[in-house]
Amino acid sequence: MNKIYFDHNATTPVLDEVFDAMLPFLKEEWGNPSSIHWAGRVPKKAVEDAREQVAAFLGCSPVEIIFTSSGSESDNLGIKGVAYAKKNKGNHIITTKVEHPAVLKTCKYLEKEGFEVTYLNVDSAGMIDLGELKEAITDKTILITIMYANNETGVIFPVEEIGRIAKEHKITFHTDAVQAAGKLPIDTATLPVDLLTISGHKLYAPKGVGALFVRRGTRVVPIIHGGHHERNRRGGTENVAGIVGLGKACEMAAADMESERAHLEKMTTRLEEGIKEKVPHVYVNGGGSPRLVNTSNISFEFIEGESILLGLDMHQIAASSGSACTSGSLEPTHVLLAMGNTAELSHGSIRFSLGRINTMEEVELLLDVLPPIVERMRSMSPLYAGSNEPVVFKR
Amino acid sequence: MTDRKKVVVAMSGGVDSSVALGVLKEQGYDCIGVSMQLWDYAAKELAEEQTLPGGSTAGSCCSLEDLAVARRVAETFGVPFYVLNMETAFEREVVGYFVDSYLEGSTPNPCIKCNEVLKFDLLLKKALALGVDSLATGHYARIDFRDGRYRLLKGVDPEKDQSYFLFTMTEHQLAHIRFPLGAMTKTETREAARRFGLTNSEKQESQEICFIEESGYGEFIRERTGREIPAGEIVDAEGTVIGAHTGFYNFTIGQRKGLGLSGGPYYVTHVDAKSNRVTVSSEEGLYSPALIATEINWIDPVSHEAAKSDDGLTGITAKIRYRHAGVDAAAKITEDGKLRVDFTEPQRAVAAGQAVVLYREDVVLGGGWIERATE
Repeated sequence: MNKIYFDHNATTPVLDEVFDAMLPFLKEEWGNPSSIHWAGRVPKKAVEDAREQVAAFLGCSPVEIIFTSSGSESDNLGIKGVAYAKKNKGNHIITTKVEHPAVLKTCKYLEKEGFEVTYLNVDSAGMIDLGELKEAITDKTILITIMYANNETGVIFPVEEIGRIAKEHKITFHTDAVQAAGKLPIDTATLPVDLLTISGHKLYAPKGVGALFVRRGTRVVPIIHGGHHERNRRGGTENVAGIVGLGKACEMAAADMESERAHLEKMTTRLEEGIKEKVPHVYVNGGGSPRLVNTSNISFEFIEGESILLGLDMHQIAASSGSACTSGSLEPTHVLLAMGNTAELSHGSIRFSLGRINTMEEVELLLDVLPPIVERMRSMSPLYAGSNEPVVFKR
Repeated sequence: MTDRKKVVVAMSGGVDSSVALGVLKEQGYDCIGVSMQLWDYAAKELAEEQTLPGGSTAGSCCSLEDLAVARRVAETFGVPFYVLNMETAFEREVVGYFVDSYLEGSTPNPCIKCNEVLKFDLLLKKALALGVDSLATGHYARIDFRDGRYRLLKGVDPEKDQSYFLFTMTEHQLAHIRFPLGAMTKTETREAARRFGLTNSEKQESQEICFIEESGYGEFIRERTGREIPAGEIVDAEGTVIGAHTGFYNFTIGQRKGLGLSGGPYYVTHVDAKSNRVTVSSEEGLYSPALIATEINWIDPVSHEAAKSDDGLTGITAKIRYRHAGVDAAAKITEDGKLRVDFTEPQRAVAAGQAVVLYREDVVLGGGWIERATE
């Protein structure tokens, strides 16, 4: 059985070109980029070349890029860094209820540090209301952090409008673009954002590397203290190979953007249409909103997504449902709950997130395999049977 | 289509279920390991600050250490492993039942309830929905198929036999459940664990109720219900008040310690939630010649027929709690559809809320939940 991977919003494979670009820095070019001697020269140049590649990808200047260890670290640096830098100006932060935990938990932490956080609602299509955002702004608001595109539903938020609103009120605006990067064009030259997070491993680079765009003039207090790395904004000897990989991946994402988007859109559309055609009682979460071309979050009524995932895994098909907690079990997702779904329906959702390694044949194979799995699960579902009551014998 | 060579193994991280997996692997079965995430009291306390907007709790994982061990064991045997989140059902069906039962003055048995509602119903359904033929657990009990019917039998190790906890099983369940340890002794299990290289082979097994902390049942119920149960009276068999208690749910049938009575020794013979009274007596008062049970489940239909007949079901033994040796008995369905079990000699501490399970030699005939002791 061939393995099929429909979980690219979780992570992506490292592209061959990316791997090849990285390899020298795991072998012969092992020097420290901070060294002034010969061993540091090639690694130092590689890090700065990568910074240029990332900057070109995001439409900014290389000095506006800080390399980090992950999307989560970039979010932490962007949010805490701005909150602490501006704490004399105010203590209010605005975000949404559907952010990635790296943003939500950081905001929760800041609440304990004396900051106040407003969590904006989303409607049943997963979309925020700009009116609610405007109303939430006070003269204490120092930071708005709203994701570019949602990792679970793929819903794209109107970051351009949000940025304009933030600018009007002189509020710093951070966006977590981990899922958007590579799936839609991002140009910080025209996009009014002050900080923007990307992550390597969602972009066909390896795990362990991320970047934060920080617009010139935006002050960020470091959260990792150390040497003079990253212009004193992030201590720690650079992950040279990872950074080189991220640079190469950004270059490839930019080069292939148009063709990849077309390829993904075709497959995702077929996947959704096919499922709707072959399986009754399904609906697409966020279906009424603009969405990423690769993400399809589908609720299957009466059954748990967990069971479908296990069934798919037995056919070597990888997809996801909700977010895995520490034990590896699945929680009802906070995103779908915020969209007004019941816990049962949230539990019954599956996220298919496609990527450049997928083919239309794989989508067709899924469409053959999935309907009988759903049918069997439904025929045995305690929810479908109408209750979770003990059925062994009745009191 | 179901695959007879494919089995889902319910894994707790303990030595029994780990060996059950190993035994099935050795027998050539294609296994899938699953653990149920049920509960974590400590995490519930943390949940407040970990609640994400929208209401889901992140990170409230049940006995993470056990789940991690189960995962490592599955990895050792090279089988896929999943953790299934069954907290909601556990909370409602097992913890809810436990608290309600205590508040009614009964002595609940949540392990039987968990088997009945979670393992052999919900988990079995999830397993079968995956297209496998059966679910295996590490229980010490046996299932056989004779004369066209599935039978439930005691495990061969009298020290470990767990059939008492399984009386609610139906024939459908028996047809799809496997107990790989039923023919093994605990010693053999430990030997097998060593042979499989399992590091948890020496682990002490817990006898406590998994969701109750050291603070005890009374404290747990107070925290769950947010209710202070008022102090009440302790009376003797004649109804004379001879003392005071701090809340009836702190007492179970047969309890001697913690009564705070002078004289005696006294034993709790009855807990009445409605009147908030605890009745005590001397040790002789603890003995009952019979009991009434409800919610009967018959695994053996012939015994069911016999119990309905005028003569009743005779020549059987009854167990009235897990560690009970069993007593010769007769059973009969009463006019109001309950089950009356008469013992050949009076039994000590018949507790409402526990199960009575009926056997003929090693075969489990059926059982029910004890409503009360009777004359």
